Amino acid sequence: MKADFQLDAKGLSCPMPIVKTKKAMADLVDGQILEVAATDKGSKADIAAWAETVGHQYIGTLEDDCVLKHYIRKCTNDQIEEMMFDQTIDLEQITSRKGLILDVREETEFAFGHIAGAKSIPMGELETRLSELDKEQEIYVICRTGKRSDMAAQKLASHGFTKVFNVLPGMTSWSGDLTKNI
Amino acid sequence: MSIQKWSASQVAKKVIHNEELFILDVRNADAFEDWKIDGHRFEYLNIPYFELLDGIDNILPNIPTDKEVLVVCAKEGSSLMVAEMLAEAGIEVAYLAGGMKSWSEYLEPVKIGDLTGGGELYQFVRLGKGCLSYMVLSEGEAAIIDAVRFTDMFITFAEHKNVQIKHVFDTHLHADHISGGRHIAEMTGATYYLPPKDAEEVVFHYTPLVDGTTVQIGASKIDVGAIYSPGHTIGSTSFVVDGKYLLTGDILFIDSIGRPDLAGLADDWVGDLRDTLYKRYRELSDELIVLPAHFMIIDELNEDGTVAKRLGDLFVQNHGLNIQDEEEFRRVVTDELPPQPNAYQEIRQVNMGKITPGLDEQTEMEIGPNRCAVR
Repeated sequence: MKADFQLDAKGLSCPMPIVKTKKAMADLVDGQILEVAATDKGSKADIAAWAETVGHQYIGTLEDDCVLKHYIRKCTNDQIEEMMFDQTIDLEQITSRKGLILDVREETEFAFGHIAGAKSIPMGELETRLSELDKEQEIYVICRTGKRSDMAAQKLASHGFTKVFNVLPGMTSWSGDLTKNI
Repeated sequence: MSIQKWSASQVAKKVIHNEELFILDVRNADAFEDWKIDGHRFEYLNIPYFELLDGIDNILPNIPTDKEVLVVCAKEGSSLMVAEMLAEAGIEVAYLAGGMKSWSEYLEPVKIGDLTGGGELYQFVRLGKGCLSYMVLSEGEAAIIDAVRFTDMFITFAEHKNVQIKHVFDTHLHADHISGGRHIAEMTGATYYLPPKDAEEVVFHYTPLVDGTTVQIGASKIDVGAIYSPGHTIGSTSFVVDGKYLLTGDILFIDSIGRPDLAGLADDWVGDLRDTLYKRYRELSDELIVLPAHFMIIDELNEDGTVAKRLGDLFVQNHGLNIQDEEEFRRVVTDELPPQPNAYQEIRQVNMGKITPGLDEQTEMEIGPNRCAVR
């Protein structure tokens, strides 16, 4: 699973996995993902609850033998930026239409759960992977909350894509089935 | 300020003696909601430790200065961290050694009463989990009923009392906690009994426990006699000890009755449960003292820390014994069930001898409250 930073908290017992995670998160920039390897079983519930308290995104946990790998994405709670891209589409409508669902979240977020059939191109790779997209096809750009997809939609538009829609709200409001690659 | 380290035993004394205590529980909210240290006069504040990493100033106004303060977490580490912060702020504080894990495992032996010819009956109260085990002692011999998995506790107690463990019983195949019965029997050479109807899948040797099975403890006549009393499981068996005590297993509790669904056959066993509670038990003497295998809430404890009540009183006071309409009874015990105990299916597998998890895994399986009753 892809992560920007790794933290080894194996063998440490509560509260150290969270204390170390908190310290490590301070060095990440917004949007980066930290992988925390821990052996303390209680760390799963605690990391998720801690992330929620401080506003970071808890993506999920992989269990491999005795090691738990937790994935957290850094979020800072600045004032909510306004969505700039005008052409939007309601989340509920996208699966009944024929176009492509383009998921611009990070690979790891995508792996822990996405809409069946969605294509994954993380926001940071979009510029270099435009050739994978078809200008004639409708593209519904989705992320977690609508913020990254707004920027991605603008970027696509600036490269001449016209049939681009920002999906609102994002995956946080998706109540349908999730496909996982874990 | 110095920090005190309290053992589970010290906290148990406070529960039993109805003392006041302020508990700062620093586990996450779900864990606290699910399960905590219950005391009649305990007060609680639940703030997860990870919300206190930057300091405890915000909660200081909520910490009383006129009563003892105990910080509790899952295993110990976080409660020590928070206790140190509180001590630095000038508060006298204690933390629970071993955390909720040690609380879950602690057993308090309480004497129920004397038996004919100098014998004794002890109840082992597992406060953190609500499990009750029993030891009948007489003239150098002992029988144990529904032992929990902390075998050393029973064996040490028997040594201390100078008795040899001869018989070990499980009233049924438990689903909420791991039985120590078979291992105690192996370690002491005692006979291990289990109801055959609950034991169809077990992979070890046992002696069948059936209606009428009777053993004598010691030379004088203290009988431990079995009564087939199905309903919680199809094999559930009760015991009458010395003509005075009725050990009901998971069939009848002080303030509730057994649930019939943990082996997956609620609809089939409702009728058995009804027959046991409304026919078989009614034929017994009202003067028998009921000793169940569990309690659910702290209010079921008597003043002296025992969990025991006259059968005649339960016929009057226990809601589950006073549902006259059979359909209503069926509805209550199949529709109004609480969530099932944590990992109950795995626990049944362990008690059948099919899987043998390590100690840490056993602890994980038993985490949380027992939920064997319908109220």
